[in-house]
Amino acid sequence: MLHIKCPHCGMRSQNEFSYGGDASVKRPELNKEISDEEWDNFVYNRKSLRGKHLELWQHLSGCRQWIKVERDTATHEIFNTYKADEEIS
Amino acid sequence: MTQKFRLENGGLINRDKKLSFKFNGKKYYGYEGDTLASALIANGVHLVGRSFKYHRPRGFFGAGVDEPYAIVQLYRNNETEPNIKATEQELFEGLEAKSVNCWPSVNFDIGAINNFLKIFLPAGFYYKTFMWPKSFWYRVYEPFIRKAAGLGVASTKHDKERYEHKYEYCDLLIAGSGPSGLASAYAAAKNGARVILAEDKPRFGGSLLTSDVNIGNQSGEDWANSIISELKEMPNVVVKNRSQVFGYYDHNMLVMSEKVSDHLPKTKKYHPKQRLWYIRAKEVLISSGSIERPLVFGNNDTPGVMLSSAAKEYLKVYGVLVGKNPLVFTNNDSGYETAIEFKKNGVNPIILDSRVNPQSEIIDEAINLGIKIKFSHVVVAAQGYKKVSSADIAKISDDKKQLGTLENIKCDCICVSGFWTPTIHLASQSGNKTKFKEEIDAFVPGTSKQKETTLGAANGIFTLEETLKDSFIAGQDLSKKITNNDNKISFPNVVEKKSSQHDKFWCVPLPKGKSYKRFLDFQNDVAVSDIEIALKEGYRSIEHVKRYTTLGMATDQGKTSNLNGLQLVSDIENKVVPAVGHTTFRPPYTPISIGAIVGREVGQHSKPTRKSPMHSWHEKNNAVFVDAGVWLRPRYYQQGSETLFEASKREAKNVRTNVGVCDVTTLGKIDIKGPDAAELLNRVYTNAWLKLPVGKARYGVMLREDGIVMDDGTTTRISENHYHMTTTTAQAANVLSHLEYYLQLVWPELNVNVVSTTEQWAGAAIAGPKSRKLLEKLLPNNDVSNEGLPFMGYMESELFGVKARIFRISFSGELAYEVNVESNNGQFMWEKIIELGQEFQVQPYGTEALSTLRIEMGHVAGSELDGRTISYDTSLEGLISKKKDFIGKRSLNREAFTSSDRQKIVGVVPLDKKTSIPEGSHLVKDAQAPLPNKKLGHISASCWSVEHDNPFSLAILKDGKNMIGEKLFVMSPLKNKVIPVEIVSSHYVDPKGERVRS
Ligand SMILES: [Zn+2]
Repeated sequence: MLHIKCPHCGMRSQNEFSYGGDASVKRPELNKEISDEEWDNFVYNRKSLRGKHLELWQHLSGCRQWIKVERDTATHEIFNTYKADEEIS
Repeated sequence: MTQKFRLENGGLINRDKKLSFKFNGKKYYGYEGDTLASALIANGVHLVGRSFKYHRPRGFFGAGVDEPYAIVQLYRNNETEPNIKATEQELFEGLEAKSVNCWPSVNFDIGAINNFLKIFLPAGFYYKTFMWPKSFWYRVYEPFIRKAAGLGVASTKHDKERYEHKYEYCDLLIAGSGPSGLASAYAAAKNGARVILAEDKPRFGGSLLTSDVNIGNQSGEDWANSIISELKEMPNVVVKNRSQVFGYYDHNMLVMSEKVSDHLPKTKKYHPKQRLWYIRAKEVLISSGSIERPLVFGNNDTPGVMLSSAAKEYLKVYGVLVGKNPLVFTNNDSGYETAIEFKKNGVNPIILDSRVNPQSEIIDEAINLGIKIKFSHVVVAAQGYKKVSSADIAKISDDKKQLGTLENIKCDCICVSGFWTPTIHLASQSGNKTKFKEEIDAFVPGTSKQKETTLGAANGIFTLEETLKDSFIAGQDLSKKITNNDNKISFPNVVEKKSSQHDKFWCVPLPKGKSYKRFLDFQNDVAVSDIEIALKEGYRSIEHVKRYTTLGMATDQGKTSNLNGLQLVSDIENKVVPAVGHTTFRPPYTPISIGAIVGREVGQHSKPTRKSPMHSWHEKNNAVFVDAGVWLRPRYYQQGSETLFEASKREAKNVRTNVGVCDVTTLGKIDIKGPDAAELLNRVYTNAWLKLPVGKARYGVMLREDGIVMDDGTTTRISENHYHMTTTTAQAANVLSHLEYYLQLVWPELNVNVVSTTEQWAGAAIAGPKSRKLLEKLLPNNDVSNEGLPFMGYMESELFGVKARIFRISFSGELAYEVNVESNNGQFMWEKIIELGQEFQVQPYGTEALSTLRIEMGHVAGSELDGRTISYDTSLEGLISKKKDFIGKRSLNREAFTSSDRQKIVGVVPLDKKTSIPEGSHLVKDAQAPLPNKKLGHISASCWSVEHDNPFSLAILKDGKNMIGEKLFVMSPLKNKVIPVEIVSSHYVDPKGERVRS
């Protein structure tokens, strides 16, 4: 079980969180004309990375905040966690 | 019964407490502190079971967790448990155990015929033979195999025992209390670190209990005891025996199984049987020791052939002789230690050493004691069926290829030592890539992956002095990093005998003309010849060889067989062992009971039960409850001897003719506040929300981004910037997360707050033509006329002094209202409704009637919004705004979603107007068509229409729009039904929706 540092609450066990997928995905703006390809990329197409991955988790049984977690998908090493609106260098 | 093999004195057992026990129905005696294995051996019992494949007789091979043979069915306190190792089960008064894997009895076992037919059971036999003819598998092979095989029987009774889970944090977790575990724990504890020291056996000390060493002028055992007593007194230390750390998971989380009560005849009141510890450790010290490796020779599975370290443990810990005429067969000095212990207790062993001319202090001691030693000698084969009676031995050439003349010598046990295999399971589970250490012919942990350090024998260090030094330093350094304390500990003086180099030889060649089975895996009956066949047939990867031969796949996970198997593959393939590599170690290290894994999450505790504030009223009024997610909801209220069908029909009918009341507390409720609340709703729902006036409710449908319907419900504008959203019971949690996702990540500029209020409000739906009359009685000071409170209207009121929210919304298709009060007033509200509704023949109705009412009205619910349907399919496309964008809209122009023959919801009526239609059935054009018959759609929900008094179903049907009036067939292979039906509109009652507006 992973040990995730919620930037709002501190170290918590994985079972308090739910996974939210790739954090780099940007939803297209509302009312904007976009191609089928762009939309498909947003809805369906995800890279299945091996290695460093910036992803979303929600601290469901805690503060209910969505957070960003930088995790290695192969080793589960967590390098850093960020608040939803935090700048990532 | 006398314990013929028990020594007069010695051992760590309590001879003052004699215990009686039964094995295979026969009564024996042992002592407190025995294991079932040591007590049986003390009584001269060596036949305990039959092997898995050939049903060969099985005895004891080890003295602990590595035991491959002695697995028994245990009976304790009127319960039974399979897969218990006799070498681990502590004896208690009245213990009963039986052999497994033998039928009809251990002494006469019909499966042993396999042994004589063994030519038919080589590697891959099951794969090859039982595949053909296919029909034979079910009728002939499987029943036979099932009857003859197996490692015990699981109880089918409810397990009354209690199992607990515990979560713990510590600075250092130390797995194993041998010399390295004790030394590192002591050093770390002295530095003030929070330490957990775990030992799987009842006694602490590991190898110190059986080895002839001296630490700080004390015997190994005394030193271990003094360290443990000191540790137990320290407040920062938790010392646990009978506790196996069996899994190493991510982020330094380890799981440990503590057997709290298994050693007692009965679990004490309020105690658990077992406790599972989830331990998050800053540092982990693996001091799990090593397991002796077997030597491979003919019939090396005969009862009486066992590890020499086990023989020594039975002698030193339990005061038990595994034989009175022992043969020790070794390729290293460990066998000598066992022989010396025999000799010291008046037994004359013979040592066969495969080495040519080894020299060491230990060997000198054996010679001085007058023990008979034959160098360059090996056991070629054990003789005897149910117990070793003699051994064929021979001289072996220096290149280990040629055997001399066979000689038969009498013996009653053969103690083997093929050197030591470090127990690297935990390190490997942590992700550590292990490396092969040539000097010891075994794998040891490589570079640490997580915060783990492996010490002592587990790390391939077999001298006590080096082990203690490493371990004191590791304990000190790791704790210093955490606590910043630096308590220096002086190393104790260590006296131990020096060993000589072991022999790389491990497998005795077959003598000419003999075809003895030479076993590698003792639990799965995998012999040298099986590996040879697998390799001949082209299997190369060790993972494939393992699966084809089942080497190392038994419940002991190959603790004694893995390395010899690898060695054999590398010998045949002319590779070195590290090039062959080892198979993956996975948790659990040893079998863990299902009870321990499940813990307290059983029965009523498996999930929290949520009840509405009106629950006790429902109970008093004969409600029959149904699980709705985690909620308990009344399914129907039984009158007299009514069935579910009769009761739900009565309740639904009463709603259509008079008035009914239904507990709708479980509906998800989300409170939405903020200046941008309307904008959020406008983006979340498919229809328009910006112009909803205060005091009005609106029905909405929300989609996922892929265009599939996510949920539906009504949302009411309470005040300018305040909305009350309802969701389905099932989706309540998901919808809240969904809203939070968009508010926090996608549109953080929206100034809106959302919070769940599901449990803050108790809800009652009042439905039926007389519902307004009832509401007038409830709210005498309010205008609830069709003008005062129109359809989809909302008002706040007082219900006899209690704050109430009144919504004119309908799920049943009748004139209906929903009343919400704060939860603590729920019961009061409910009783008032029942009391004042008497004159209108009010009746409560449950979920079954609720479903009937919504199905015949054609209202969609969870069974139609099943994660596969879009708005069009559920006839909700009228709610899709063309003017604005919303979540999922861009997906709706996908080709499949716009095709002209897209599936759509329809109604289904059986032609005979009698036969009920099973939910989940398929709709087909031709009932006689050959299989697979093309499916046109499926039945999503069925009811007995109270309006029409015949069965009615909803279905999702291909090209449903153009199918009204068609005759199709409903097919249910599960219920073996074929029903001719007519497709009708999904709105079976009041298609114009006049009643809700009346
Ligand atoms: Zn948090």
